[in-house]
Amino acid sequence: MPLYAVLLLAAGTYAYRLAGPLLGHRLALSERLRHLLAVAAGVLLVALVATGALTQGHGFAGWARPAGVLVAGVLALRRAPFPAVVVAGAATTAVLRLCGVG
Amino acid sequence: MRSLLRTLEHATLRDIALVCLADALVGASFGAISVSGGLPLWVPVAMSLLVFAGGSQFAAVGVVLSGGGALAAVATGLVLNARLLPFGFTVADVLDGPWWRRLLGAQLITDETAAFVLQQEGRRRRRAAFWLCGIALFTVWNVSVLLGAAAGGLIGDTDALGLDAAFPAVLLALVLPSLTDRRMRTAAVAGAVVAVAATPYLPAGLPVLLSLVGLLFAGRPRVEAERPTGGEGVSSVEKEGVR
Repeated sequence: MPLYAVLLLAAGTYAYRLAGPLLGHRLALSERLRHLLAVAAGVLLVALVATGALTQGHGFAGWARPAGVLVAGVLALRRAPFPAVVVAGAATTAVLRLCGVG
Repeated sequence: MRSLLRTLEHATLRDIALVCLADALVGASFGAISVSGGLPLWVPVAMSLLVFAGGSQFAAVGVVLSGGGALAAVATGLVLNARLLPFGFTVADVLDGPWWRRLLGAQLITDETAAFVLQQEGRRRRRAAFWLCGIALFTVWNVSVLLGAAAGGLIGDTDALGLDAAFPAVLLALVLPSLTDRRMRTAAVAGAVVAVAATPYLPAGLPVLLSLVGLLFAGRPRVEAERPTGGEGVSSVEKEGVR
């Protein structure tokens, strides 16, 4: 990731943050826009989870990785502590690979 | 700092400490996964200092590690961080005062600080909660990312350890609490199907952005009748926000 990309992301993010404190008295966001922004964040994250779990490059990532992510998801749903969720996901994938699952 | 501590109740201070602890774990994983995935140490460190928004940091690095271009990573991160825009309006009154305080304070606007400000009543408490939570989180987040990145450099074969599964696992743990809303789930599932289906045909990074067509299923926000108070609207957005 090149430096200019980090700076672009940082500048854009800061602009979002500063808009409220600078314009707070003169402008209000509609409920509709707030809702859309919140849903957009959720949609993007779930898409990242899905593509990150299932794909590698332009193809299928193999069974080991999605299996690990699935285990992590079940633990997260059951409110397991965050480190347990992440370690269990990675460990599942590692053990499956050790057993020869791609 | 001491007067900030005195202004807030014990329960609030404890909650802020717990949030810091949880974020320290997320930060350490971010540093470790980024560096063990092949990025130089300065990337997670610089991102954490300058961007300071965990979800988008994970997302941008995720796009890059899966072979996507830098601009796709930036675009993904920016769409994800757009939710900070309403938070800025929510906490604007807390940052009233000299210009330098607004400029510094703006960088500390996150899901967590906005949530703590909303919990507090009265100007003094709102202000104390914002600055205490913001400064504590900024410190804890950056220290933990640095430590995680240093540890990640020591890890050898990341695939054998299953670390490639850790990335989506972290994101999943972060996003699950916001999926309680049915239309949010429908939109997210539709978007995910589109993104996965497009992956073989589009350059890396673009399929994730394409998932935004799922927004067509987002529907309208709940009508006022379902919301007992005016403040509720803000806090429901709050719960849907993802760090």
